[in-house]
Amino acid sequence: MELVQQLVNGISLGSIYALIALGYTMVYGIVKLINFAHGDVFMVGSFMGFYSITILDLSFFPALVLTMAACALFGVAIERIAYKPLRNATRIAALITAIGVSLLIEYGVIYFRGAQPEAYPGDVLPKETISLFGLSVSSQSIFILGVSVALMILLQFIVHKTKIGKAMRAVSHDADAARLMGINVNNTISATFAIGSALAGAAGVIFGTYYIKIEPLMGIIPGLKAFVAAVLGGIGIIPGAMVGGLLLGVIEALVSALGYSLWRDGAAFVVLILILIFLPSGLFGKNVREKV
Amino acid sequence: MKILKQGKTFWLFILLGAVVFGTVQFMIAGGMLNQFYLNTLFSIAIYTILAVSLHLIIGITGQFSIGHAGFLAVGAYASAIMTMKLGLPFVVALVAGGLAAAVAGLLIGIPSLRLKGDYLAIATLGFGEIVRIILLNMDYVGGASGLQVSHLTTWPWTFACVILTIVVIANFTNSTHGRACISIREDETAADAMGINTTFYKVTAFAIGAFFAGIAGALFAHNFYIIQPSNFGFLKSFDILIFVVLGGLGSLSGAVIAAILLTIVSTFLQEYPETRMIIYSLVLILTMLYRPQGLMGTREIGSLFKRKGSGGGSVDAKQRAL
Repeated sequence: MELVQQLVNGISLGSIYALIALGYTMVYGIVKLINFAHGDVFMVGSFMGFYSITILDLSFFPALVLTMAACALFGVAIERIAYKPLRNATRIAALITAIGVSLLIEYGVIYFRGAQPEAYPGDVLPKETISLFGLSVSSQSIFILGVSVALMILLQFIVHKTKIGKAMRAVSHDADAARLMGINVNNTISATFAIGSALAGAAGVIFGTYYIKIEPLMGIIPGLKAFVAAVLGGIGIIPGAMVGGLLLGVIEALVSALGYSLWRDGAAFVVLILILIFLPSGLFGKNVREKV
Repeated sequence: MKILKQGKTFWLFILLGAVVFGTVQFMIAGGMLNQFYLNTLFSIAIYTILAVSLHLIIGITGQFSIGHAGFLAVGAYASAIMTMKLGLPFVVALVAGGLAAAVAGLLIGIPSLRLKGDYLAIATLGFGEIVRIILLNMDYVGGASGLQVSHLTTWPWTFACVILTIVVIANFTNSTHGRACISIREDETAADAMGINTTFYKVTAFAIGAFFAGIAGALFAHNFYIIQPSNFGFLKSFDILIFVVLGGLGSLSGAVIAAILLTIVSTFLQEYPETRMIIYSLVLILTMLYRPQGLMGTREIGSLFKRKGSGGGSVDAKQRAL
């Protein structure tokens, strides 16, 4: 029973990783950039959710929508200011810029509001224990899973059924050919950043309501782990990010359940190094031959 | 003629080193430096070693590693175990710190054979985090509360290590092996096609870079009285990275200058850590946006004093001419 309980926790945590990983994987798929600042968008989203719940006195869903919209704008701003001028620069230059943006957001937030943590009010979501087939599962974790799955379905719909989704897939396949076909590549890239950042913002609000405590440096570790999740599923592949996130959450929960909870953070990185060595294109990726 | 010229640079460097060393030693002996200046001095020296060792990995071999704090941690803890647990002299600790880190460098260098660019960066970042988590969970070295280390770092030792690092890495860069590493940076596939054992050189670069980072770790541990796993997070790796990036990827003197400048700046901003990090991050972003080659590009300080077109320049000067 203990194990199943841990599995449920793992899936809740994994769905948060999956939401962040989606942004990583979409951005990587389209501009081949590891957006280090993505974990910090998650952090900013968490704080926006907190302020819209406490100061604006909103309930969970309006706060979620507001945060997602604000994070989308934030993500586009980051892309336009920092990454767009580097579109044709080397990958390393872009990566270093991303690290710089990440540090700037973290310490900018600390500079303006201080480093002290903040606690989400406990009554954002009803807290009940539901017994399901003899298991007691908190209603919150089911709710979180529900919201995450709903967002992922929405994302699948956007990517596969709408015009902008079609444009995104075209640009990630071949940006130059897409431009020749009359697709506005810059706007498509911005839209990708907007969608990814909105998902990270949503993950931030969900994280806050579930784990209560938020702080300005909280985005680093979940951000890195979400990247691991994206690599695990095969970077650039949207279903891969979802599966990778859930799998990583479950692996961490199992490591905790086995009594090595202090090693939990290490598990993700061991998974990363193993996957990079043995299966570099990820679970869902195809091996692409490098052309010279 | 060429040999004479290289000899001249070498003797100039030695002379400059002797003057710097003598002045500082005289000032320490005369009690002219208070604790604050001494600490800054030691920090500058340690960060210089770190910057130069990372310069070999990123700047010369082109392997983007952001886990350098992991090597620093391995060196620091290995040396601290030598002096504090086993009671061995400081020299042994220095060498042991370097060797332990070099072994760690081999360990991370071997996966790097299969990884490139971004993936390698993330893998090295993961490696640094794994080192930190292992140290956090090891009761033998005190876990999260850290390890007490007695103050053994002295100015002559520190200075000797700085000089040793610079001389070894500068000579390595100008040797056949260094040229091979540069060719990997420029184009790995072409280097492979030219018959260069890219695997061997990548691992060698990692091991040498890690060795000196380990020595820096030994100096670091014996300078600050206590070492804790939290000293070696990835923010430390980024601190080292920024020296190399700002100095210019591929310029040894650039890395040294950036390390000295930024350490002085950050010492004065110690009371305002947020401001310091904001400045660091802005420096990273603005450098990449407006001067992606860094302060020095791939040039060395010596080339600033040479007339254009004069022979005997560094390999990079020749590359630019091509």
